Amino acid sequence: MSSDSQFPLWEVFIQAKSGTPHKHAGSVHAVDKEMALQNARDIYTRRSEGTNIWVVPAANIVASSPEDLGPFFEPSNDKPYRHPTFYELPEGVKFM
Amino acid sequence: MSNNSALLDFVIRLGDNNLILGHRLSEWCSHGPFLEEDIATANIALDHVGAARLLLTYAGEIEGGKSEDDYAYLRDHVEFKCALLVQQPNGDFGDTQARQLYYSSFAYILYTELKNSKNEQLAAFATKAIKETIYHLRHCSEWVIRLGDGTDESKQRMQKALDNLWTYTGDLFATTAGDAQLVKDGIIPDVASLQSKWYDMVKEVVTRATLTMPDASAFMQSGSREGKHTEHLSYLVGEMQSVTRAFPGAKW
Repeated sequence: MSSDSQFPLWEVFIQAKSGTPHKHAGSVHAVDKEMALQNARDIYTRRSEGTNIWVVPAANIVASSPEDLGPFFEPSNDKPYRHPTFYELPEGVKFM
Repeated sequence: MSNNSALLDFVIRLGDNNLILGHRLSEWCSHGPFLEEDIATANIALDHVGAARLLLTYAGEIEGGKSEDDYAYLRDHVEFKCALLVQQPNGDFGDTQARQLYYSSFAYILYTELKNSKNEQLAAFATKAIKETIYHLRHCSEWVIRLGDGTDESKQRMQKALDNLWTYTGDLFATTAGDAQLVKDGIIPDVASLQSKWYDMVKEVVTRATLTMPDASAFMQSGSREGKHTEHLSYLVGEMQSVTRAFPGAKW
C-alpha cells in the first residue's frame, strides 16, 4: 500500500443552509483543526455552497467494509413495512 | 489640491495597494506548498483584485471617462501609488505571510474607520472588504504562528521575514496634504494615527508565534505616494501589462 506523503486527511461536511443536514463534500489535507477548517472553506465553499462546515479527521471515521454488505444491509430488503411510506406527510415538512 | 483630486488620489492609492498585492499573490498560483494552500492563496489574490476593481472603477467615475483598465494597464509604474510593502517580492512562503500580516492588519484597521466615511461609496466598499480582510488576517496569522512556533528553521525564517519587511511598513501610513483635507471633511480617517493600533495588532500575533517584534524605531523606507517606488514594482507592472502593451485595445 502506498503511504500518503501529504498532511493528514480530514473529511469535510457542508451545511447548505440553516436547518438542513451537513453533507459530505470531500476531503482536505491539513496539519490542525484550524487549517482543516480554512482549507475546507477555501475549497468547498467558493461558490456559496454553505453556511456551516464540519471537519473530521478521516482516521476517526469508522466505516463498514464492502464485505459487510450482505450481513449488514440485505436483511432489511424484505421488510418493506419498516418504510414510512404508508403515512401521509403533513404539509410544511420541508426536508425529508 | 481640490477635494476631488485629493479623493481621487486616496482612492487610487487604495486601489493600487489591492491590485499590486493581488498580482503578487497570484504569482503563487500553481507554486503553492500544497494544493489546498495554492487554492487559498489564489482566493485571497482574487479578493484583492476584486477590491482593486471596485476602487479603480470608482476612481474612473471621479475622474470621468476612465475605466479600471486605464489605471491598471495604461499607467507607467511611477504613476502607481501603491505602498512599498505590497510590491515586495513573494520570497519564501514565510515572507509572503509576513507581508500579508502587515498589510491585512493595516487594511483591517483602515476599513474599520472607513466604514464610517461620509463618502457613501467608500463606506460601502469598506463594509464589504472588511469581511474578506478578517479572513485574510485569520489565514496569515495562523501561518505566522504555525511557522514561528514550529521547527528551529521555520522559526528562524519567519523571524527573518518579519525583520526584512519591517522597513517598508512605515510607508503604509504615509499621508499627503490632500489626505488632511479629506480627514477634516470626515471622508477618510487620519491614516497616520492608525499606526499604534496597527503595531499592537501585529504584536499580538508575533507574540503568539513566540517571535520578536522588529525594532519600532528602525529606519523606514518612504516615498510611494510621490511615485518613488522600490525597483521591484517596474518588473511587476511590466509583466502585468505585457498583454495590453503587445496587443493594444485587444478584446475577447
